[in-house]
Amino acid sequence: MKEYTYTEKKDTRSGFGAGLMELGAKNTNVVGLCADLTGSLVMTEFKKTYPDRFFQVGIAEANMMGIAAGLTIGGKIPFTGTFANFSTGRVYDQIRQSIAYSEKNVKICASHAGITLGEDGATHQMLEDIGMMRMLPNMTVIVPCDHNQTRAATIAIADHEGPVYLRFGRPKVPNFTNPDEPFEIGKAITLQEGSDVSIFACGHMVWQALEAAKELFGQGVLAEVINVHTIKPLDKKSILQSVRKTGCAVTAEEHQVNGGLGDTIAHLLATDKPLPMEMVAVQDRFGESGKPDELMEKYGLTASNIVEKCLKVMRRK
Amino acid sequence: MTDIKKLQKVASQIRRDVVRMVYAAKSGHPGGPLGCAELFSALYFKVLKHNPKNFSLDGIGEDLFFLSNGHLSAGWYSALARSGYFDLTELSTFRKIDSRLQGHPATEEGLPGVRVASGSLGQGLSVACGAALAKKLNGDNHLVYCLMGDGEQQEGQIWESAMFAAGRKIDNLIGIIDYNGQQIDGAVDDVMPLGDLKAKWEAFGWNVIEMNGNDMQEVLDTLEQAKLLCGKEQPVLILMHTEMGQGVDFMMGTHEWHGKPPNDEQFEQAMSQLEETLGDY
Repeated sequence: MKEYTYTEKKDTRSGFGAGLMELGAKNTNVVGLCADLTGSLVMTEFKKTYPDRFFQVGIAEANMMGIAAGLTIGGKIPFTGTFANFSTGRVYDQIRQSIAYSEKNVKICASHAGITLGEDGATHQMLEDIGMMRMLPNMTVIVPCDHNQTRAATIAIADHEGPVYLRFGRPKVPNFTNPDEPFEIGKAITLQEGSDVSIFACGHMVWQALEAAKELFGQGVLAEVINVHTIKPLDKKSILQSVRKTGCAVTAEEHQVNGGLGDTIAHLLATDKPLPMEMVAVQDRFGESGKPDELMEKYGLTASNIVEKCLKVMRRK
Repeated sequence: MTDIKKLQKVASQIRRDVVRMVYAAKSGHPGGPLGCAELFSALYFKVLKHNPKNFSLDGIGEDLFFLSNGHLSAGWYSALARSGYFDLTELSTFRKIDSRLQGHPATEEGLPGVRVASGSLGQGLSVACGAALAKKLNGDNHLVYCLMGDGEQQEGQIWESAMFAAGRKIDNLIGIIDYNGQQIDGAVDDVMPLGDLKAKWEAFGWNVIEMNGNDMQEVLDTLEQAKLLCGKEQPVLILMHTEMGQGVDFMMGTHEWHGKPPNDEQFEQAMSQLEETLGDY
């Protein structure tokens, strides 16, 4: 069994900030837009270093999406930054018409996604964004798991022609992936090989999945852990290959049980390889205020929840 | 032939195209584009610096036009085809299956001349702001035009972009409002009064001028004036007074023809009022 360790906890949003800074230096077409959350999005350094390529639009997210679409006409590669809530639900029609349908090369970068936004409560805890974004034709949806991977994904999406939704978060979480590993859009990463159950996870839940696999190993269960960082396009091949071996699947995501990674994989399995499957996700309810760890616990998004679902799904084989 | 006469002939033909397209599709919006025929003619045959034969989505080194009120598509398509963006015969495919001429403008089918989809209202001016910013970043001193509807002014996003353009001193941008006073449900004043639209745009920091959009000379003069007002750290807005349905008597002075096609008899009647100047498609 592979050992995963980390030297420090870091927030994924600062991975975005670091990636954006690297892009700023190497590609003058990269521009940043923000709707009054520059510090929260860790875009302050980009703003200071490249003031001509940074646009503060104020609290006007709909306008920001339209401006971003317009900037692509002229060859710019706009990265919009705001919370996941204001990056998706608030501006769905603007994204749909001016960006996705118009095939514009806009990178919608969304921080503070999920329940780990914490104390601000349910108004800001976006748990439906993966669903909304993956329903849009032409849209690529990426949910990296830690600081290093978010940095690498930020850099990678600049070279991808077309709209991208990049989802990351607020809290400091284990930073365990290799900082030198390049990010390949649409290629799931097998972190742990196993033969008894496949765990497909994205975002903050990837570390929880690794912890779950460790615990299961202690019980004699070999869990395969796959980091499905790209929800769309889905790496069907890797997923099917894994479940053919294990015969059952558990998905884990910091998102509603409806519309997200779990639904995406359920669709694949139902149409290609029907198998027992369980989902770790928020159960069709809104969040609430609290500390990130307390909320993950209360809403059933921990390693032990994954363990429980793995044991359950294996009984269903 | 003087410019004016030539442009008037183009406008007349655009009107015929609009009615023929909507009639053939048995659906569409004739009223708005009939009122904007002079503007389409003036822009595409005189004012815009553009490359119809060599369309590029990026539009670097060209003036750009955005149609925010996408339902005026029939008039825009006619102007695009007649100025050389694509073959005239393609106008006959308007709103039909497998056409590049979608009910509302779109980029997916690759229709030359269209740079962003529009139809869901309020978004075009934001896109135009972004395109104008890109021009500044690229050191491209061409202008960006954006046509909006007056009913569309009820959308909140319009005012977000109005605030942004003035606040960021986007002075290579000319907004135009088709001020015909009509929208789907009735007179704009009844549906949701806009108040003093000129004062509102001025208060947002725009340089506002007005024109009669159905007087070709005035359209040309005002567009020329608007260009001269660019580059002065302020965006420019033209309040363009028009008559919805202009040129077809029974379509004028009412909102009834915002979005419905004429029947056979009405079609003949409309055709008899619109001179065929450049040959029907």
